[in-house]
Amino acid sequence: MDLLGAPKRGMFRDFAGTGAAGLPNGCDSISEARFALPAVQDPATFVETHFSPGTYEDNGKRVKFSKGTTTLAFKFKGGVIVSVDSRASQGSYIGSQTVKKVIEINPYLLGTMAGGAADCLFWERNLGMQCRIFELRNKERISVAAASKLLANTMNSYKGMGLSMGTMITGWDKKGPQLYYVDNDGTRLKADENKPYFCVGSGGTFAYGVLDTNWSFDLSDEEAIELGKRAIYHATYRDAYSGGVNNVYHVQENGWVQVYSDDTYKSHDKYSAEREAAANP
Amino acid sequence: MSGLMEYNGSAIVAMTGENCVGIAADTRHGIRQLQTVSCNRQKTFQVTDQCFVGLAGLATDVQTLSQLLNFRMKLFTLREERKMQPRMIGNMISSMLYEKRFGPWFTEPVVAGLDDNHKPFVCAFDFIGCLSTAEDFVVSGTTSEQLFGVCESFWRPGMNKDELFETLSQCLLSGVDRDCLAGWGGVVHVITPDEIITKKLKGRMD
Repeated sequence: MDLLGAPKRGMFRDFAGTGAAGLPNGCDSISEARFALPAVQDPATFVETHFSPGTYEDNGKRVKFSKGTTTLAFKFKGGVIVSVDSRASQGSYIGSQTVKKVIEINPYLLGTMAGGAADCLFWERNLGMQCRIFELRNKERISVAAASKLLANTMNSYKGMGLSMGTMITGWDKKGPQLYYVDNDGTRLKADENKPYFCVGSGGTFAYGVLDTNWSFDLSDEEAIELGKRAIYHATYRDAYSGGVNNVYHVQENGWVQVYSDDTYKSHDKYSAEREAAANP
Repeated sequence: MSGLMEYNGSAIVAMTGENCVGIAADTRHGIRQLQTVSCNRQKTFQVTDQCFVGLAGLATDVQTLSQLLNFRMKLFTLREERKMQPRMIGNMISSMLYEKRFGPWFTEPVVAGLDDNHKPFVCAFDFIGCLSTAEDFVVSGTTSEQLFGVCESFWRPGMNKDELFETLSQCLLSGVDRDCLAGWGGVVHVITPDEIITKKLKGRMD
């Protein structure tokens, strides 16, 4: 019979760890923040049944997560546009309409937030720390590929433990503008010519609809920013769990800039007039 | 209760004033909570010249029950050759709901009307017909908790028809700003002895 509190070996390679005391030293271990585990034989299954979030409702689970969101990011000739909403919902209750869902990891790296707010916030801050340490050790900035891989590795080490996050990591490195999607399953996808954009969250399908019809690589900066706004507006209109303020960031060669931040409600008149004009030419 | 109560989303509030009474509802029609399919779903129904019924809950049951209500009202006027008083409408709805005790309508109605003495009457029900009357206001729908909060702060006795309209509107709009499932515009009816004032509200569209 196993002792209580002794996790199965090999199940959580990275953080159940070697049993060494104190803070880890090597770069690979920095992500290995140690968290207290439930004192049961199989912590992963225990956490999954009791604490993990459902898709949009937390059926009988003990812990409720805020989940509704629309976030999107796309590549184009001028870099990357990141556009997000700002609603935090707990069930159908609107907890906040002013959440910053773009996380400024450092002046040239951005992350987006969908899923559990605390999970995203904590692990992207943790990623910021790992990136800074990389910079100090190697005397050069970390590539977006490497940064997103660090996060994906962290996600992988907590796989099945009920973390909830769907995030996009974007920035400009030696190879130009880069965009990656990382989620709590450990999935890591790179945006390329065939797949130039990602939308994450409950309103993502609506945003994909707008991007699929209007995106082109040769968009000007202004057009691209407008597309980002339009996609988020339509998502907030159709998706009950998205809304509030639309924040738009533009990733450029010398780092990101925030290019827009305004209440989605103010865009409604403009877009509904446009739709009416299209319906009755 | 069943998730069907949250399937389409709704916010309804009725309030009393001085010789007037009002009812306000949002206009969103959502599907499976997430998707907004239209912004002009009718949730308030005029049943007599001085009485409105608001039906929150599952849209299909709201429509059917409103038709059934309409039928019962017409039948009553034909048989009795008189108008149903709001209190009587309340009792009728209560028994109509309890009739379906073991296979209920997934709707929580609200009644708002003036009786023959111009006295305001508001009442609300749970989905199997438990009637509760109030001197001040009643609420219903997915936004009911938020509406209770704002109405508790903003309602005061003796409001005239304009004050009543303003209070109803602000309460509804503030309430749905904290509910994902309701909003997308609203409608307000104020019933006075001489007229019925109906106004559409422009709300947040997210």
